[in-house]
Amino acid sequence: MDARPLTILVADDNQSDRMILCAIVKKMGHKVCEAADGNEAVDQYLQQKPDIILLDVIMPNLNGQQAAKAIKTLAGEDMVPIIFLTSLQEASDLAACLESGGDDFISKPYNKIILQAKINAFERMLKMHNTLQDQRDVIRENNDHMRHEQQVAKAVYDNVAHSGCLDLPNIKHMLSPFSIFNGDVLLAARKPSGSIHILLGDFTGHGLPAAIGAMPLAEIFYGMTAKGFLMEDILREINLKLKKILPVGYFCCTCMASLSFRRHELEVWMGGLPDFGLYRQETGDVERVKSSHLPLGVLSTQAFDTQTQTFDFVPGDKFYMWSDGIIESRNAQSELFGEERLFSVFNHYDSDEYFDKILSEVNQFVGESGRDDDTTLLELSMVDESVIGKVDIDLSSGAITGPANWNMTYTLRDDTLRTFNPLPVMLNILNDVPAMRNISGQLYTLMAELFSNAFEHGVLGLSSDLKQTADGFAEYYRLRSKALEGLNNAFVKFEFDLSPTYSGGRLTILVEDSGKGFDYTNINTQSDQNFAYSGRGIPLIYSLCDSLTYLDKGNKVKVCLSWQTQSEE
Amino acid sequence: MPIKASVKGHELTVAVEGRFDFSAHQEFRDAYEEAGASVSKYNIDMSKATYLDSSALGMLLLLRDHAGGESANVRIMNCNADVKKILTISNFEQLFTID
Repeated sequence: MDARPLTILVADDNQSDRMILCAIVKKMGHKVCEAADGNEAVDQYLQQKPDIILLDVIMPNLNGQQAAKAIKTLAGEDMVPIIFLTSLQEASDLAACLESGGDDFISKPYNKIILQAKINAFERMLKMHNTLQDQRDVIRENNDHMRHEQQVAKAVYDNVAHSGCLDLPNIKHMLSPFSIFNGDVLLAARKPSGSIHILLGDFTGHGLPAAIGAMPLAEIFYGMTAKGFLMEDILREINLKLKKILPVGYFCCTCMASLSFRRHELEVWMGGLPDFGLYRQETGDVERVKSSHLPLGVLSTQAFDTQTQTFDFVPGDKFYMWSDGIIESRNAQSELFGEERLFSVFNHYDSDEYFDKILSEVNQFVGESGRDDDTTLLELSMVDESVIGKVDIDLSSGAITGPANWNMTYTLRDDTLRTFNPLPVMLNILNDVPAMRNISGQLYTLMAELFSNAFEHGVLGLSSDLKQTADGFAEYYRLRSKALEGLNNAFVKFEFDLSPTYSGGRLTILVEDSGKGFDYTNINTQSDQNFAYSGRGIPLIYSLCDSLTYLDKGNKVKVCLSWQTQSEE
Repeated sequence: MPIKASVKGHELTVAVEGRFDFSAHQEFRDAYEEAGASVSKYNIDMSKATYLDSSALGMLLLLRDHAGGESANVRIMNCNADVKKILTISNFEQLFTID
C-alpha cells in the first residue's frame, strides 16, 4: 500500500476536543484541517477536498447532520467518508447520524486504536472506490471513442454497402440494422447498356467482420458493373476476393440479379439464400426461385460455378429478394415467421401491396419482442426503360485530348469466345477517346449488339425467332449451350478505325464472324417495335450510328459513327 | 454440454445437441482439435440438434478445413427437417456427405 498521507478534516466546536483529535490524527501521519462549526466544515470541504471527515454531531450554525447532507450533495460521485464524533448513546440518535449521510460514528472519549482502525478501513475503501472510478472512466472514455469511431465507420459503410441506384422508381427496399453495422449488403448499379445489376448479400455474423467483407464486395460490384462486365465475371471476381480475405468459416450468402430492359430478361445467381419470389403479372402466380450455389467466399475459383438462371421478365413482373432475417423473425413465443407465412402474403393481397404487406405482417408477427437478425427486403419491378431514364455513367478522367488516329484489330477464337466477355476491354480503349465518353452508354449498347449478333446468330447460328415465346426462350438457351460446346475454328473479328475529320472525328467498326452469313437484302431498318427486342437487333444498331452496311455473304457488318468536336466550356 | 465427442478407431463422431450456434464455437472446435491426428473420418451427429445458424455453417467449414479441405471426409447425419433445410439452402451437400 502506498503511504500517501490522507487529508483529514476535523470539525468540532469544542476547541480542546478538536485539538486532541487533531494531535492523534497528525501522529498517525495524516494532514489535518480544522473547522469550528458546520458552515466552516462545508467551506473547508470545498477548499481542502479532504479524504475523510470527522464531524461532531452537535455544533452551532449548521449541525453535523446538516453539514453531512450538504457535503454529500456537493461530493456527487466522489466518495467522502464521514465519521460522526458523538457522545450520544441512544440507538435512534446514532441511526439518525447514519441516515443523514454519515458512514460511521465513533463515541467520545476517543479510543485511539479504534479511531486508527476506522481511518485505515475507510482508506482501503477509498482506494477501492478510486480504482473503480478510474476504471469506469477509462471504460466510459473507450466506449465513447469506440461509438464515435463506429458512427464514422457506419457512415462510410452505408455509403458503400447501401448505395448505387437503389432510389430508382422500379426498386423498393428496406434495411433494418440489428447492430450498428448491418450484416446485410444491398447494392444496385446500372450497366453502360442501361441494364440494372442488383446484389443482396448476407454475411455470416454481424458487425465488423461483415462490414470489412462488404467493402471489397461493393468496390468490385460497382467498378465492374460500370465497365460493362457480365454478372458471371463480377461474381467470380467477388468470390475470389472474399475467399482470399475472409477467414475460413466466414462467407456471404448472395443473390445477384441482372435486369435487362431490352431483352425483357431477369438473370439470377443465388447461393445460400432462402427461396425468393418471382411474380408473374400475366398469371398472377408467384414462382419460387431457389439457391443452387454455395455462398460466396467458400469455393476456390476452380470449383466456383457461375451458372445462372434466366427468366423472361415483362413489364408488371416483380422479383422479391430478402435476407433470412425476414423468415427467421421470431415472435414472443419464439416461433419463426417462416417461409410459409411469407409466401402466403402473395395469396392474400394485390401485387401493388406485396412489399408493404410483407413488412407489416412481419412487424405484426414480431410485435414487441423485437428483432434479433438483420432484415432486408427488396422489390424489383420490370418497367419500360423510359420510366427509369437513360444511364448516366461518369467516366470523367481529366484528359481532354486523347488518341485520335488509330486502327486496331481484335480477334476472339474458340475458347475465348466461349468464356470471355470482350466488351469491357474494347470499351476501355474506345473510352480513351474524349468524344466517345459522352456517348459511352450508346457505344456499349452498340458494341454489345454487334457482338451478340456476330456471336449468337453468326457463329452459333441461333435464330432469334425462338425468343418470341416463353418456351422458345428456354429452347434458345438450351441450343445456345449445345452450340457453345461444339465450337471449332470459330472467330469473331473486330476492326476499329478512328480518324480525325476537319471538324471532329469518325469511327468505323468492321465486325466479321465465322458463321455462314444470312440474306440481308430485305433488312427492315425501320424502328419496328416487334423487332426492337430481337431479330438481330438491327433497328437498334441503326438508330445509334450514321450508317450500317452488311457485306459479303452477311457475315460482315460495317458501322460508321462520326461527330463534331464541341468547344469545351 | 451441447457437444459430445467420441473417437472409435480413425473415426470421430461429434454429437450436437439443441441450438447449434456461436455459443458452441469453442466446444465444437475443441472436439475435433483434441481428437488427435489419427482421425481420418468425421461424423457430425445432428439427431439432437434442433436448429443451426450461419455461424454453425461457418464452424462446419472450419472443420472441413481442419479435416483436409477438398479431400475431407465429413459426414453430417441424422438431420431433422429444419436442419436439413438450412444445409440444403446453403448447398452444403456440395461439400459434405449429408444423410
